[in-house]
Amino acid sequence: MSAAAIECDVAVVGAGPAGLAAASACARSGLATLLLDEGAAPGGQVYRAVTRSPLRDRTILEADYWQGGRLIDEFKASGASYEARATVWSITPDLEIAYSKDGRTSIASARSVILATGAIERPFPIPGWTLPGVMALGAAQSLLKSSGLVPSGRIVIAGTGPLVWLAASQMLAAGASIAAILDTTPHENRSRALPHLPGFLFSPYLRRAMKLLLAVRGRVQIVPYVTDLRAGGQVKVESVSYRTAGEAGRTLGVDTLLLHQGVVPETHLAMAAGVAHRWDPLQLCWTPVLDRNGGTSVPGILVAGDAAGIGGAQAAAWRGVNAAIAIIESMRPGKKLPHGRLARTALAQFARGRRFLDTLCQPPLQFRVPSDDTIACRCEEVTAGEIRAAVDEGCTGPNQVKAFVRCGMGPCQGRMCGLTVTEIVAHRRNVSAEQAGHFTARFPAKPVTLAEIASLPHGHSAIDAVVR
Amino acid sequence: MFRRLRDDGEIVTIRVDGRPVDAVAGDSVAAALLAAGVARTRVTDGRGEPRGPYCAIGACFDCLVTIDGIGNRRACTVEVAPGMSIETQGAKREITR
Repeated sequence: MSAAAIECDVAVVGAGPAGLAAASACARSGLATLLLDEGAAPGGQVYRAVTRSPLRDRTILEADYWQGGRLIDEFKASGASYEARATVWSITPDLEIAYSKDGRTSIASARSVILATGAIERPFPIPGWTLPGVMALGAAQSLLKSSGLVPSGRIVIAGTGPLVWLAASQMLAAGASIAAILDTTPHENRSRALPHLPGFLFSPYLRRAMKLLLAVRGRVQIVPYVTDLRAGGQVKVESVSYRTAGEAGRTLGVDTLLLHQGVVPETHLAMAAGVAHRWDPLQLCWTPVLDRNGGTSVPGILVAGDAAGIGGAQAAAWRGVNAAIAIIESMRPGKKLPHGRLARTALAQFARGRRFLDTLCQPPLQFRVPSDDTIACRCEEVTAGEIRAAVDEGCTGPNQVKAFVRCGMGPCQGRMCGLTVTEIVAHRRNVSAEQAGHFTARFPAKPVTLAEIASLPHGHSAIDAVVR
Repeated sequence: MFRRLRDDGEIVTIRVDGRPVDAVAGDSVAAALLAAGVARTRVTDGRGEPRGPYCAIGACFDCLVTIDGIGNRRACTVEVAPGMSIETQGAKREITR
């Protein structure tokens, strides 16, 4: 063990709803708890900047957002330690966590780790999606929350999923004018989702969904069943072209094109720590294999919140509580915990509505497994066609493809292309995504300078490992 | 391409490719660049193509810039500070003798 390690009972990674709720519960039960978060302030993406909002008009963001402040208040009162701007880049099997902050790396040693790394937006590979001015829809949302920025000029939103309507309503409330919403939800999703409608009608999602649809419909041109999206431009995006069923192609002039087709778990840290994952055939992404409390295949490591499978902010907080309870029960046997049944009841309610949403908003194949001329790996500029060619030459999975054509080898470490590469390989080989497999994630999970690594305190075992 | 909803924030002056740019305290470097109309934050070294911020949450690594002399930093995860020097990065990689 390193000489200068910070010792704690529980280390939580990520200060979104799951991480905040988990850390609060652990700390209140008397466990020495450390919350590490890459953000400048707690809240994660969903409650980004809620404690230091630049928005004067609070009605731009919905009440659910402002309620995030309560989680943060509870966290601050819980006695947990908190490190902002702390980027976790390694977790060893004996739960030593290396994190970088202000250009220096520190080591924390924990008895248990809760990974609450949240979600990232699913890649939306279309021709031209690398042009400046084409952004993930969540990017515009995060700029609105943290800096009070709204896109100016001609805005087009393209994609599917609840966030399309949420972000559109927020931008409208902030005074932006949206030229069009190009809805890529396929027609067949409606009939496939229908059997799951009753669960949705009795879920907490219904009221919000209705409110959002009412806020946006009638104020924005909505184009349904959009296919064949393509962004055009030289030094930045200038146009977006598309087709709709049975119609010739259309082109719109655009200054900002915002893409979205759902969010997926941010699995990188968990995968690099050795946590087993499996393909979720409904949410079409990798999710960690978990027991009912969030325990993983790696002893001492739990996963909570959207990193454990997409469930939304409120479900995430309950899953954080759930993971915390499991840890508290093992570290403080006999401790009375009133939250256990509450958490399970709440989670069941959210699960009820999820199936409908996930089926209705499942992104269509053509935007997950793109055309040959589309860049799949943004970092290394590898097209879907190059990936298919590598498969045709005999590459059986993403790691082999990576070795041949460099996809997933750039600075994002495959976060942006991983799902695309898995699905391209699976479809080309006519095997399941599970069989195709995923990129092997490795530490450092985020870039770290050589100087930081060199300045780490060395224990005897580390020195003995390299000195002959 | 982006506008601010309010203009009374605390001004923090940074330098972007040597030129002074007014940002607002609390801005990420990416937000400050977008608000100042800088859409292209780097040029890729393979195809020499322009890139700008895409995800704005630290996942895509497309907003990489040089900040105070350290290259390849994610503009969306670093907050502006007075006097901070930002350089947009990169050019097509050429093999030279």
